[in-house]
Amino acid sequence: MERLSSPAELEKVRKSIVSKRDAKKPCITVCSGTGCHAFGCEKVSTAFQNEIKRLGLEEKVDVRTTGCHGFCERGPLVVIRPRDIFYQRVSADDAAEIISETVLKNNVIDRLLYADPNTGKKVVHEHEVPFYAGQKRFVFGNNGYIDPSSIDDYLAVGGYAALGKVLSGIKPEAVIEEIKKSGLRGRGGGGFPTGIKWESCRNAPSEDSVRYIICNADEGDPGAYMDRSLLEGNPHSVLEGMLIGAYAIGGHEGYVYVRHEYPLAVKNVRLAIKQAEEYGLLGKNILGSGFDFSIRINRGGGAFICGESSALMASLEGKVGEPRAKYIHTVEKGLWEKPTTLNNVETWANVPLIINQGADWYTKTGTANSKGTKIFSLVGKVNNTGLVEVPMGITLKEIIYDIGGGIPGGKKFKAVQTGGPSGGVIPDSLINLPVDFDELTKSGSMMGSGGMIVMDEDNCMVDIAKYFIGFLEGESCGKCVPCREGLKRMREILDGISEGRGKEGDIELLERLSTTLTDGALCALGSTAPNPVLSTIRYFRDEYEAHIKEKRCPAGVCKELITYQIIKEKCPGCGLCIKSCPSEAITSGGKKQPVILDQEKCIKCGACYDVCKLGAVKVS
Amino acid sequence: MVKLTIDGREFQAEEEKTILEVASENGIHIPTLCYHEEVSPYGACRLCMVEVTRKGRKRLVASCLYPVAEGLVVRTETPEVNNIRRTVIELLLARCPDSEVVQEMAHDLGVDKPIFSLEEDNHKCILCALCTRVCQEVVGVSAITLVNRGVDRQMATPFYDFSEVCIGCGSCSFVCPTRAISFEDVGDTRVLTMPHVTMEFKLKKCSKCGKYWAPERQLEYIAKTAGIAPEAFDICPDCRD
Repeated sequence: MERLSSPAELEKVRKSIVSKRDAKKPCITVCSGTGCHAFGCEKVSTAFQNEIKRLGLEEKVDVRTTGCHGFCERGPLVVIRPRDIFYQRVSADDAAEIISETVLKNNVIDRLLYADPNTGKKVVHEHEVPFYAGQKRFVFGNNGYIDPSSIDDYLAVGGYAALGKVLSGIKPEAVIEEIKKSGLRGRGGGGFPTGIKWESCRNAPSEDSVRYIICNADEGDPGAYMDRSLLEGNPHSVLEGMLIGAYAIGGHEGYVYVRHEYPLAVKNVRLAIKQAEEYGLLGKNILGSGFDFSIRINRGGGAFICGESSALMASLEGKVGEPRAKYIHTVEKGLWEKPTTLNNVETWANVPLIINQGADWYTKTGTANSKGTKIFSLVGKVNNTGLVEVPMGITLKEIIYDIGGGIPGGKKFKAVQTGGPSGGVIPDSLINLPVDFDELTKSGSMMGSGGMIVMDEDNCMVDIAKYFIGFLEGESCGKCVPCREGLKRMREILDGISEGRGKEGDIELLERLSTTLTDGALCALGSTAPNPVLSTIRYFRDEYEAHIKEKRCPAGVCKELITYQIIKEKCPGCGLCIKSCPSEAITSGGKKQPVILDQEKCIKCGACYDVCKLGAVKVS
Repeated sequence: MVKLTIDGREFQAEEEKTILEVASENGIHIPTLCYHEEVSPYGACRLCMVEVTRKGRKRLVASCLYPVAEGLVVRTETPEVNNIRRTVIELLLARCPDSEVVQEMAHDLGVDKPIFSLEEDNHKCILCALCTRVCQEVVGVSAITLVNRGVDRQMATPFYDFSEVCIGCGSCSFVCPTRAISFEDVGDTRVLTMPHVTMEFKLKKCSKCGKYWAPERQLEYIAKTAGIAPEAFDICPDCRD
């Protein structure tokens, strides 16, 4: 491929790619995201390819392996475009039938359709599936249409048009103005206005005019994989955002700091950089404009703290990934003491969208101070696990019930944890809360990078707080005293409460330690770390008190405070629990007689409770 | 020069200075355990936190790192500041109950008895990194460093063994605020005791008075870095003219 020498030439190439493609030609798109991989999508893709080869249909049918479509719960996902027929839980064995029936004869295969669990109604088209119908997939949508290893696919859906637009004569200041006008705020957690960040960086003095651009892809929240899926599924959109950012701030070197544990993301970004360089979309004199920009990949070693901007920059410099005080902002003195603009993956991916469609269009979605959409990783006790992109201002209820399909097993919703480990829990009473930066913060939680963990009545809030504080204790870098020593003591107190050693004054001491972290910790990991404790105390204080005063775990989770018992009237002595018990604590009580549980031997693992379908095991 | 107010008093100061520097130059005491004027500020102990108000925005900052600015209003003692200091010293007292420096500071901050369970085997080290900073920035050898993360963090030599680059100068011991590092010269040997390792260094004998006066490695290092002939150290300072 020859390097493109002007924006006009880019449009010419795009036209030529599009003209060679028949919009009516059937295309079998197989989701190859993280979740579908776990379900074995690779075999499904191979089966399609083999079948097409066998039938000699290479010219008539396309098979495209795409990035994550989001509905991970029902993977492997297959969508037959352009008819938009949506199949779920597809196996390699279904490939031949899908080709012979759906692709060649236009017949829909009923058993592969998604059935709405609430109505039982089968849904044929992707956009009609309730999980997708409630979303606005501005940033994430192209994931389902393009092969991430093909730059031509990205160009075919309008890729790099925003870059072409800015390089056709828009001044860097005007680009910044447009981003400011769009109200875009950092999607990595801080929510800082992106345009203002860029402007500060552009205006920051730099002796040798060196300014750096960084893409923070060090996503580390438990259960969160938004950035991973964007990088894996649409890497060029992130590169394009970085290119526009670099042009706006006057930077010529960029870095993608991505977790080494994301091998597919690393692979796809690496390939995308190479392709963009070959097209002349990266490197010297991009599109003949005189603008130079190159991007390098730096793989992170997996420390959660390296997602913090100053720790990330230290790591990039080859130092230990520890944060520093940011009284002098990184936009002034960041990487190697040079003005640096660091944005998260999702923030960068929003940029081409704003440039293409305009700030006025962008601000139509969202709330007063939070514009656009946000991708959430919806996980936990919810029917439709997956990645959802929703307009800012949507209520928690809409996300959890309309898109997420509610709570499985007829259980009662209790709370939702947002914002990653240093986020907070939001209770049922706030289910109508509109989701945006400010409302989530007001509720005692935060937007964070977009983790959303749904919890039901079986989750103990002390246990949840203990889990997150334990996670953060393990990930604290240990530099400052409040975080290193404070989190350890908070975890000890929470251990005590959950093990029946809680005492009067524990809640107050947790609150005092929390304040010390919030006010006194060196970086945002430490200062936001108390959120899981503070929010659970705020909304579920009675649960803490039950543990401390009555030595009781209302949700039946904290092992030291519960016992399992056999309800004799309900137990027919089937013996399923005997087989499942790992500690031989349950023995037969005789034929058709209730089983006998030895409390001395019981390790409270809950295996009997899970296996008994008759409700004959109770937790108290 | 900028004008700022600390505890109601107005000061003029150079722009590059930190609040802590300006305060201590003017006799205003701010407690700290990880600060030393000879090494770069670190901001780990959080005892020097103060309240600053700038452009109407109030926040708590580490005074050892925060640069002074025009119109800055600083309060070195507020209920919020005192809560941080008190809790930090309580946490350190539980970590290093045997450290007299920590005990004294706790007493000064009104903490008389520990509220958290005491650590056994505490080594008196509060992980302030003064030793590692002085070793890197002043001595220039980086013989010691901080290893591991979070609660497992330790000050250590490579592989907890004799550090091949250590010159036995004892600067680490000199700056250690809690006396977690110490050394003793016994006969012809310097014994440097650190929390997780003890190292021995041969001392140089004065050719005139016969006194053992400095580690040989240290003298070799000085000779090399300062371009002095090693023979210059054959005689101890006391015996020189």
